[in-house]
Amino acid sequence: MQAQTEHTEFGYNSKIEGDVVLTTVDAALAWFRKNSVWPMPMGLACCAIELMAAGASRFDISRFGSEVMRFSPRQSDCMIVAGTVSYKMAASLRRIWDQMPEPRWCIAMGACASTGGMYRSYAVLQGVDNIVPVDIYISGCPPRPEAVLDALMKIQDKIGKQPVLQDTVIAKALHFHGTGTPAGEEVSP
Amino acid sequence: MTTLEAVTIIRAKFGDLISEPTEFRGEVSLTVSDSEKIADICQFAKSIGFNYLVDISSVDNYGTDPRWSVVYLLRAIVNGAEIRLKTEVSEEKSELPSVVGVWRTANWHEREIYDLMGIRFRDHPDLRRILMWEGYPYHPLRKDFPLAGKPTDLPGVAFTRITPMAGGPFVTVAGGNDSIAREPRVRVPDDEEVELNARIEARGDNKEMRGQAFGPGPIEKKSL
Amino acid sequence: MATIQNIEIGDSAARTAQAADELQDLQGERLVLNMGPSHPATHGVLRIVLELDGEVITKADPDVGYLHRGDEKIAENMTYTQFIPYTDRLDYLAPLANNVAYALAVEKLLGIDKSLPPRCQYIRVMCCELARISAHLLGLGAFAMDTGAVTVFLLTFTEREKIYDLAEAASGARLTTSYTRIGGLMRDIPPTWCAQTKQFCDEFEISLAESETLLTRNRIWVDRLRDLAPVSKEMAIDFGLSGPNLRASGVDWDLRKNQPYLCYPDLEFDVVVGSAGDCYDRYLVRMEEMRQSVRILRQCLDKIPGGWANDAHEPVCVADGKITLPPKAKVLSSMEELIHQFMLVTEGVNCPPGEVYFGHENPKGELGFFIHSRGGGVPYRLKIRGPSFINLSILGELLPGCMLSDVPVVLGSLDFVMGESDR
Repeated sequence: MQAQTEHTEFGYNSKIEGDVVLTTVDAALAWFRKNSVWPMPMGLACCAIELMAAGASRFDISRFGSEVMRFSPRQSDCMIVAGTVSYKMAASLRRIWDQMPEPRWCIAMGACASTGGMYRSYAVLQGVDNIVPVDIYISGCPPRPEAVLDALMKIQDKIGKQPVLQDTVIAKALHFHGTGTPAGEEVSP
Repeated sequence: MTTLEAVTIIRAKFGDLISEPTEFRGEVSLTVSDSEKIADICQFAKSIGFNYLVDISSVDNYGTDPRWSVVYLLRAIVNGAEIRLKTEVSEEKSELPSVVGVWRTANWHEREIYDLMGIRFRDHPDLRRILMWEGYPYHPLRKDFPLAGKPTDLPGVAFTRITPMAGGPFVTVAGGNDSIAREPRVRVPDDEEVELNARIEARGDNKEMRGQAFGPGPIEKKSL
Repeated sequence: MATIQNIEIGDSAARTAQAADELQDLQGERLVLNMGPSHPATHGVLRIVLELDGEVITKADPDVGYLHRGDEKIAENMTYTQFIPYTDRLDYLAPLANNVAYALAVEKLLGIDKSLPPRCQYIRVMCCELARISAHLLGLGAFAMDTGAVTVFLLTFTEREKIYDLAEAASGARLTTSYTRIGGLMRDIPPTWCAQTKQFCDEFEISLAESETLLTRNRIWVDRLRDLAPVSKEMAIDFGLSGPNLRASGVDWDLRKNQPYLCYPDLEFDVVVGSAGDCYDRYLVRMEEMRQSVRILRQCLDKIPGGWANDAHEPVCVADGKITLPPKAKVLSSMEELIHQFMLVTEGVNCPPGEVYFGHENPKGELGFFIHSRGGGVPYRLKIRGPSFINLSILGELLPGCMLSDVPVVLGSLDFVMGESDR
């Protein structure tokens, strides 16, 4: 792995991962980040059961790095809202989202979390994107565990494209010029 | 003691208050004409063997007076006899005596009826909302309430009683300039009632610090 | 050798005082601890406001309603058939059982619940028992995981996946099946379904034995569950408990035997009744109930009318065009069937006016539907008696006197689900 240009390869073997050659620190750090997304399961209703099934042996979410379902928001990366969000629950849900440190992502799992689902009633929040910014929506009522894994893979793609070090003290010390986009914003591929 | 025997005993005791029994699909119902006496009748029913309260339901007869019907389904566990007691309440009154003293399970049933339909229960030990949040102004199961709901205020705090946490809630601020400003820190909410922790009290200038971040690191003097 | 132990259950104040004395703690300030609504050990969104004196709980106030979706009001705006998917989501651990319960309630209103086709009855019973096994397995798995025995969670979920496969083969969906219709079923089971069920029964008994070896005689498990939160017979009846919680307290009440429906009178099974009413008893009752369910399944497989492949084309729906959708070929060619189809889809099954209550033996307890109908295809009032709602009301009485680490054990042993509690 010789690096003669101004970009350096860090611990990446194209023979194992594929023919895509990543050549920046950002990309390597993003690779570490995306393969250890620890979900915060906001399991509210029936989708939580399919989320548990995704974590169990048959579908096994841990082979994607999401082994630990961290119920503590302080230690998690991705909040998976699985189930119907009622107005009464919305305040607690927002509070837990606030307690998650950045970088954080949100998956709205199922029809109820995405848009309120089949519950168009006085007590149901019509989509969790009214209170938290959602990255991926999964359709289904409930979505199959395979769909949850697909969403996780999409989140991993999204994370892989996000710059990690930019405008920070470390980046400046290493004389890196990042892409200039702050973390969490849409990065067009 | 079968259901029909029980009906005879109840009618013998309470006379005109109890209507003729009606039967539909094998279930016997009795209508109680004076809703104030329902607790006494339930107490008597329990004494003759109906020791299990299966369900209390409320029905909104929108457009007719009396507006509310409340249906008590009683069961005698020992032999499975079931009986239904129905009573009606007008909208102006909207109150019934509570049967919590007869069966303790009625506690939550009556709270639910109060929450969703708006019928109050006298002598209930703790009549407050159970399915909707405290402070919700409507009774959603009424027929004149729309299914999709009406605009209300969400409770500002996540919990109805503020949970004391030393130092205040450690939450991020989504709109901060950089990730250090957004880090979870001690933030003092604007609410006067929250206890302050020792560190903030010692500063003595906590009124100006309301809504700002504390803890290790530079103090942000911005207002949120 | 059986030892008889007298368990004296004082009221919560006496228990609290006794616990405080025993622990010799300083009578310090009471801490108000908020547990939930987002908490791994609450089996859903339940919030309990606990008042603690050291480790001992002095007051517990459960706060439900975080999953209140307005099902009962929604039912007043839908036809009876359109409401079936909402019943799936009540006890979402056993959706097939909820479907059967609701269908039977509406069929009781129509007066056809005793005259369903026999094949339909047997399939419904098999679905209910599979749902019972599925719900008890998840309750057991989550319960064990909360107390630390994580392996059991994975073992039970493997068996549940087999039940999901069966549900998917029958109805098309793993979890939200919506399998029953008013007057019958969505469709007949596929020809390989019974063989698959038989294979499941054989494999399940071995797996259940594995989970039992891990838990039932485990010293830690027994120490944590034994003599914890006992519920006496009178207390259980007074608080309206139902299902395994009621039977663990010694009350011999099972709706399948006491108010039989479908083809349960033709089947032989035991009602599992406990004696002490503590957490350990509730756990044992559920384990044995799963075995009894397998026994029922085997009998149904032997006796199912039409056999496994239904070569004789036994019907699975009542043949009344005003209740069941007619076959599509007839709808497209004959006027009468076209009218039936049109009326059923647009206006729903025309039910007579009247009030009816039907209680079904769900895995969590007695799921009851009280239908107040004023004629027509839409119920005027549908009240759902959710067993978990009523089972939870006992928490305020049961938790004081326990320690904080006993709370997940008590919650797991009561085995509730918030979908049917909050509706």
